[in-house]
Amino acid sequence: MKIRAQVAMVLNLDKCIGCHTCSVTCKNVWTSRDGVEYAWFNNVETKPGIGYPKEWENQKKWNGGWKRLPSGKLEPRQGGKLRILAQMFANPNLPEIDDYYEPFTYDYDRLQNAPEVQTPPTARPVSVITGKKMDKINWGPNWEDDLGGEFAKRSKDQLFEDVQKEMYSTFENTFMMYLPRLCEHCLNPACVASCPSGSVYKREDDGIVLVDQDKCRGWRMCVSGCPYKKIYYNWQSGKAEKCTFCFPRIEGGQPTVCSESCVGRIRYLGVILYDADRIEAAASVADEKDLYKSQLQVFLDPHSDAVIEEARRQGIPDSWLTAAQKSPVYKMAMEWKVAFPLHPEYRTLPMVWYIPPLSPIQSAAERGLMNQKGLLPDVSEMRIPVKYLANLLTAGDEAPVLSALERMLAMRVYMRGKSVHGSEDLEVLKQVGLTQAQVEDMYKIMAIANYEDRFVIPSSHKEEVEDSFNDKAACGFTFGNGCSGGTSPQGLFGTRKEGSVIFVDMPKSRKNKAEV
Amino acid sequence: MTYLHHFVFGVYPYIGLAIFLFGSLVRFEREQYTWKSDSSQLIDRRLLRAGSYLFHIGVLGVFAGHLVGLLTPLAVWDALGVSHGAKQLLAMVAGGIFGGMGLIGALILIYRRFSSERLRAITTWRDKLTLGWITVTLILGLSTIFVSKDHLDGHMMTLFMEWAQRIVTFRGDAANYIVDAPGIFKLHIFMGMTLFVIFPFTRLVHVWSGFGAAGYVTRAWQLVRPRG
Repeated sequence: MKIRAQVAMVLNLDKCIGCHTCSVTCKNVWTSRDGVEYAWFNNVETKPGIGYPKEWENQKKWNGGWKRLPSGKLEPRQGGKLRILAQMFANPNLPEIDDYYEPFTYDYDRLQNAPEVQTPPTARPVSVITGKKMDKINWGPNWEDDLGGEFAKRSKDQLFEDVQKEMYSTFENTFMMYLPRLCEHCLNPACVASCPSGSVYKREDDGIVLVDQDKCRGWRMCVSGCPYKKIYYNWQSGKAEKCTFCFPRIEGGQPTVCSESCVGRIRYLGVILYDADRIEAAASVADEKDLYKSQLQVFLDPHSDAVIEEARRQGIPDSWLTAAQKSPVYKMAMEWKVAFPLHPEYRTLPMVWYIPPLSPIQSAAERGLMNQKGLLPDVSEMRIPVKYLANLLTAGDEAPVLSALERMLAMRVYMRGKSVHGSEDLEVLKQVGLTQAQVEDMYKIMAIANYEDRFVIPSSHKEEVEDSFNDKAACGFTFGNGCSGGTSPQGLFGTRKEGSVIFVDMPKSRKNKAEV
Repeated sequence: MTYLHHFVFGVYPYIGLAIFLFGSLVRFEREQYTWKSDSSQLIDRRLLRAGSYLFHIGVLGVFAGHLVGLLTPLAVWDALGVSHGAKQLLAMVAGGIFGGMGLIGALILIYRRFSSERLRAITTWRDKLTLGWITVTLILGLSTIFVSKDHLDGHMMTLFMEWAQRIVTFRGDAANYIVDAPGIFKLHIFMGMTLFVIFPFTRLVHVWSGFGAAGYVTRAWQLVRPRG
């Protein structure tokens, strides 16, 4: 048993209002730079829709993720190692810039400098690549926002597989939901496996998947390898870039920027302990529908004495074990079983999980428009087809999704009874298999969602493994290489690597005061 | 003329190799962030597949051919029973095929770069220098075939081999062997040697990494970095 810890995320789609605050704050922090104007480490898509880049879920087209060989072994869908090496000259599975969108700004100056004209001046879009005016913007990270565009195009959405989609084209039957997407920081990442230079890696201590910007050579195999298309090619620096899970914040015990800024409080961060030795077997089970359950079996119970003892022996700090016991992610995924991985059929074992949305059914139920299933309205009759959600979260297996939706509905019924009618309806809890304590905890974490319940992040103990003084003023994503001390442990001329020795003195005004 | 000849074919090879090796080392050590293939496929994929494959297979083939053809001692060829004439013919045919592929590829890549508005906008002078230099070197190299076909005995070829082998074994008189070589050969050699000079300063450094990527074959799929 090789115990590792990961800071994982859950997004409660039931509460996402599609405001894009996560995307915008992420953009401002991470991708407001040359060459990644088109890249959104976090974006929010309206489903049904083909998304960004176009049709990213269509793996017949993009060949992302893993495929299971007849031998039972896994191989990236884009090909084995020799095939990947042979395709370095031209990657047949790489999306083109127009599959994302041509990056643009607007000719704002025109608004101020236009001569006197008959019609008000407009700020036309200007391509960031060519610097020329563009006739039309054709796509973007949320192009199908709130069902924008015609159904014929949107319905190419892969999630409509095995769903009679024509009936959802009519206004009366239409449905929608928001899907915020970021890097999944997978347990079995296809981007890492696809990189010929070995520059993409998973961090052992917190599971964050990063690109070593020095080692990346721009072979672009990670971009096509990732089935979520959440690793991007910076066309200016020539390097791959991806969501960093805001690792400098996570290391300091703070939530990621997207989580911190989420106005709907839909995001949760917490530690998951898992057994690294079980990853391969879990990712290669024969039936795709078993992948959700097999991933659950990789996770370890942080309350088990045996796990705690072994984790301590393997050097996982106590603060991480305590955090794992309080982890909202563990509770949602493992205890209440309301959160699910995104597209488990890609066999990447993703670690950003989603709670399915419960379409607004309360008023429909009260008006008697829905059949009852026991004490609850029948969730399989809700607006969003359960099959559609199952295609998103459980490789098409409807039972776990139905159970999660019923549990969420039961929580509402129970809490409504308790706070409105003053009666505790224990029968409804029995129907969905929850205890009173569990449902109260669910209510506290999922409905009230206080900051300290949503984010349980232990700070990392970097001071134990490296001289952090040398990281002072280190470079993040940047052009040029201003603060590189070289890449080998010793300098090229035999000197020892040292951090910057520039000390910024106190401002004179304060210094004078300080000396008294 | 003799001074210039000795400088270009006796001294310049060492200057070029020194810049090539030391320049690559310094860039790898100090500026690894700039070390990349600099692909433009994301911006425009049109014609890239045909152009890039032809170009890379051609140029790599030509490079391997020069390496083996020039640096394998004559004694080895003799021992293998390959006559000078036969080797000359082999060099002309193989060089013609790979060089031709490389040239067609290079022309496709040049056309691709300049016919696309987006690619034109992001093409740097270093890209133009690299692609242009390789193309001219390829054209010169292919032109030598027409000179060689007039002396198929392989004598000229053995002189070039002698020159190259004396250069890499640090024997001072190397340049003497090719004093009488036709100008087109000399120009081709000069262009080829200069390619090593511009190598560390352009995207050409990705050639090292291309060979380095061979290690991928034996690597585990997943990479996990421990702390620290």
